[in-house]
Amino acid sequence: MQTYKNDFPILKQAIHGKPLVYLDSSATTQKPECVIEAISNYYCNDHANVHRGVYELSERATRLYEKTRKKVQWFINAAHAHEIIFTRGATESINLVAQSYGRSHFKAGDEVILSVMEHHSNIVPWQMLQNQIGIELKIIPVSDAGELEMAAYEKLFSPRTKMVAISHASNVLGTLNPLKKIIEMAHAQNVPVLVDGAAAFSHISLDMQALDCDFYVFSAHKAYGPTGVGVLYGKTALLERMPPYQGGGSMIERVSLEKTTYAELPYKFEAGTPAIADVIGFYSALHYLEKVGMKAIAEHEQALLHYATSKLAAISGLRILGTAKEKVGVLSFVLEGIHPHDIGTILDSEGVAIRAGHHCAMPLMDRYKIPACVRVSFGLYNSKEDVDALMTGMKKVLEVFK
Amino acid sequence: MSELRELYQEVIIDHGRHPRNFGVLENATKQQEGFNPLCGDKIILFVRENDGVFLDLKFDGCGCAISMASASLMTECLKGKTIKEIQDIFNLFHRWVMNETDSDLSQEKLGKLAVLGGVREFPSRVKCATLAWHTLKAVLEGEKLQVTTE
Repeated sequence: MQTYKNDFPILKQAIHGKPLVYLDSSATTQKPECVIEAISNYYCNDHANVHRGVYELSERATRLYEKTRKKVQWFINAAHAHEIIFTRGATESINLVAQSYGRSHFKAGDEVILSVMEHHSNIVPWQMLQNQIGIELKIIPVSDAGELEMAAYEKLFSPRTKMVAISHASNVLGTLNPLKKIIEMAHAQNVPVLVDGAAAFSHISLDMQALDCDFYVFSAHKAYGPTGVGVLYGKTALLERMPPYQGGGSMIERVSLEKTTYAELPYKFEAGTPAIADVIGFYSALHYLEKVGMKAIAEHEQALLHYATSKLAAISGLRILGTAKEKVGVLSFVLEGIHPHDIGTILDSEGVAIRAGHHCAMPLMDRYKIPACVRVSFGLYNSKEDVDALMTGMKKVLEVFK
Repeated sequence: MSELRELYQEVIIDHGRHPRNFGVLENATKQQEGFNPLCGDKIILFVRENDGVFLDLKFDGCGCAISMASASLMTECLKGKTIKEIQDIFNLFHRWVMNETDSDLSQEKLGKLAVLGGVREFPSRVKCATLAWHTLKAVLEGEKLQVTTE
């Protein structure tokens, strides 16, 4: 794969006198020039509020905003554009489903199935429902290799199971979960499935209709797009049965002081002025991904993952967390006797940016009995040379702590 | 590399790897938990106090080299000191790592604790160095369930 690093202006800088090596794409990806330009162009030429004005500018802004919705629909092969709801991020998308669908469909004692490997954003919204209406959470365990224990999953279903909320990929272990099977098993019990795709969306191609999940959420900023934009995909039949999440402008059909009727999908769930410029910037990110090709991205990241795994595994005392058969380009590890934060600081002095900590997955840290770990995560702009720089940094870590 | 060497001085690596006064203090009169929610570092500080004097201190927990070394050096330094002396050391140390250098803040007054000054060049690591000290402050002020660096 040719190198795409040149498309990313931020990567052209030096950090502590060394070329920046960005290996934290799971936290957020960097932005290609086309996305930055799209936002700038929009503010220079096309900005007005959407779905309101009768004048040229507003119509132009509305057209660009809605064009992104269609692009997302096409990108994930959703059946309808109105099944694409713009939110502030994957976190807000999950909160929307928990508060809107959950509060209108769950009663005390009803159960939601999650897994140990969930990001806090797919745990806490359900715990809030636990406090608000008394639902119960059932947890799918994870094997030592970092794979969901499917036999245990099957046993968690009961007549009170009302939802399965599961990550597509683990943001720490990299594990790609067997979604098809997870969804089939849930549907066999008439239970809808919400998929947290935040850690998977930018790594693999998606097909909502083939997958048949009921909700799928992701964030633009983890897929080369701007911060502050997320997507909730939901099947029409479910979204139609859900009450609005927030009230305000845009989401109404008619308001009097006595009664309000709500707008149709998707506007029912988009109260207030959205992040117009950033949604429009996301169009360019999707266009960029399309140009590079999701298949090429997946292959490139897999090659880097294997290269880095073999290099790191050769370090004595280093333990890789997550050795699932199917993984996205995420590689976490701990090193005996050296805390992840110290590794992070020393790597930074070599210009290498990685994440150290619990990665918003404290239950998973508890599962592996570690307080924190180092996470290396790849984007399409990374190269073998970046892994080599990481290894030079690791040598320095061992030197400082020898 | 020089800033990094300044941060990871031998004393810090040594205390990080072999923290002194580590473990549970059986006859403690005060106990306080400290937590850094950003990284998950956690310590429990145990103090045996009598008549305004910290007769003994120990700590338990886990964290990076900086936070472990800071807790280790702190417990070493404070043993046998009066509360008044401890408050002075706390203030001195706080100014030292927060880069509020002035004329009366000499390295001599801080003794071994001065090695932790290396964090000044690493803003994201200052909280590692201050976790034990935030916990100490809560012991001095009393009545808190858990103190965090946030």
